[in-house]
Amino acid sequence: MASIPAIPYQSSWRSRLVENKNFLGAVFMIPAAGILLVFLAWPLLRGIWLGFTNATLGREGRFIGLGNFISLAQDSVFWLSVFNTFFYTVIASVAKFALGLWLALLLNHNMPFKAQIRAFILLPYIVPTVLSALAWLWMYDAQFSVISWLLTQLGLIDRYIDFLGDAWNARLSLIVANVWRGIPFIAITLLAGLQTISPSLYEAAALDGATASQRFWHVTMPLLMPIIAIVMTFSVLFTFTDFQLIYSMTKGGPVNATHLMATLSFQRAIPGGQMGEGAAISTAMIPFLLAAVLFTYFGMHRRKWQQGARDD
Amino acid sequence: MAGVVVTNVEKAFGSTKVIHGINVDITDGEFVVLVGPSGCGKSTLLRMIAGLEEITGGVIKIGGREVNHVPPKDRDVAMVFQNYALYPHMTVYDNMAFSLKLRKADKSLIEERVRKAADILNLSQLLQRYPRQLSGGQRQRVAMGRAIVRDPQVFLFDEPLSNLDAKLRVAMRTEIKALHQRLKTTTVYVTHDQVEAMTMADRIVVMHDGIVEQIGTPLELYDHPANMFVAGFIGSPAMNFIPGTLRRTGGAAVLEAAGGVRVTLPGSVPGSDGQKVTLGTRPEHLSIEADGDGIRGSILVVEPTGAETQIVVEAAEQQVVAVFSERHHFQPGAPIILRPRPEAMHLFDTASGRHLASR
Repeated sequence: MASIPAIPYQSSWRSRLVENKNFLGAVFMIPAAGILLVFLAWPLLRGIWLGFTNATLGREGRFIGLGNFISLAQDSVFWLSVFNTFFYTVIASVAKFALGLWLALLLNHNMPFKAQIRAFILLPYIVPTVLSALAWLWMYDAQFSVISWLLTQLGLIDRYIDFLGDAWNARLSLIVANVWRGIPFIAITLLAGLQTISPSLYEAAALDGATASQRFWHVTMPLLMPIIAIVMTFSVLFTFTDFQLIYSMTKGGPVNATHLMATLSFQRAIPGGQMGEGAAISTAMIPFLLAAVLFTYFGMHRRKWQQGARDD
Repeated sequence: MAGVVVTNVEKAFGSTKVIHGINVDITDGEFVVLVGPSGCGKSTLLRMIAGLEEITGGVIKIGGREVNHVPPKDRDVAMVFQNYALYPHMTVYDNMAFSLKLRKADKSLIEERVRKAADILNLSQLLQRYPRQLSGGQRQRVAMGRAIVRDPQVFLFDEPLSNLDAKLRVAMRTEIKALHQRLKTTTVYVTHDQVEAMTMADRIVVMHDGIVEQIGTPLELYDHPANMFVAGFIGSPAMNFIPGTLRRTGGAAVLEAAGGVRVTLPGSVPGSDGQKVTLGTRPEHLSIEADGDGIRGSILVVEPTGAETQIVVEAAEQQVVAVFSERHHFQPGAPIILRPRPEAMHLFDTASGRHLASR
């Protein structure tokens, strides 16, 4: 029998390079890195740069250092928008968390039509923001508001509420709309977290003598904490940068009372034409967002009890 | 410590009835094992004693007090779960101290109780670990520690060893039994493993399809099974069953089975001529005969284990297992006659499965 000829051993520099894991890794990363650089890093850096120029729409500006930031520091509308952003984010996030957790706990029980109810809960999340904003706009209308109509019919009020015309009414009305829209995300995610908790832990706690509220504080909450940390970070990020809902309902009015930093930035940059100033407002959001991301990083960081599995 | 009395207890999930009137009387300090195949209702019964399942009918009493509507936390029972159910976010110490902390026990008392339990269970070095950092056997011991720090009236075990490997299971079996002998707390233990039941129990409750088949000490069940189910379930290798017809001629009685098998029975056996009966004989109660009556067949497989030799014989159109502690020279394919020892024979009514001689 003829022996099979051995494959000649190639050792050209090219073949060695193609076999090199580090080289291949770098090559395969180029497309992803390129996309991130072109579509994410470049616009971000460009935006930050714009914040340090006096660019307007259609005119390349020149570097003016901290000029925009100094003028913003003396701008009461800017500070109002900072206040609004924090107020909006804190109140809406707390409300979304409380209601979302409550809904998740409710849905975690056995009940008829569970799957249908869970799907139904997601509806506010599926509807495009602008469409739901339109619906809320009608419900908040000064003349045709269904809420006002209902309250008058019930005899609770005798004059229609000016939902979006009054500063505090408008802020609270927007928060209600944002909460309505944000609950499904939190409820469904927390529900998924609740379902990973073994029922026998609750049974063990019940036998150990824990009441329902002790089971909630000593079993449910600690085990849900990692997921709460993630979901609330995302929720805070989304709420802090909210633009669509505000812009399609009040455009920041009445008299700048509902301007968030995001809407004010757009307002100054595009309709107002002051690109540099708008970019500076956006840049001012970065420290806050960074803080939220760091919170995720440390919140998501594996807790001690999640570490160190020896046999699995 | 207290006894547990279960009277006519029934359980239904919706329209499906899973437990049909069970009566068990567990005395103070006893170690009782509920055993049966999966789906027989043994775990459900245990969970009803714990209060984790509602009772559809009947009465459960712990220490003389009816507990039908008492919530689990007020029953003063502790349970060890199959998956251990340790709190993953608490250290071993906190897992064991949790129930006492909820009771607002004194800090020094908690410390003392936990240290003592940890000593008994050899956990003292592991108190600051988290459950994930422990091996299966260590987790099992923590689960037991959590139960004993409370000093409850009754311990409940729900298949606690089924997640462990074979070697560890044997070791933990001994540990649990030693623990019971030391603490003398009434214990109800659920398992599907009859070896576990035989080795650990003071008394065994054999369950099947939601009813109690027989209650007795391990050897009572082994020597005097009430029916074919218990006879077949208890003992390993299992009892041989040879179905046939009872023939009476004069004072003698003979079992005629398929394949020309004839076994002479003691003349005193109950049952009438022509009755369909099943002969039950344990593998170690068969002796080898040169000729005459018996289970005639041929050797199929020889399995020596050193201490004893097990052979599988093809006879009466089925397989019959025999175990010998003395050494014989067995040849696969060779003909053989096996005769059951008359005093260790069991005769069952084939139709009802009931034992003809006992009770």
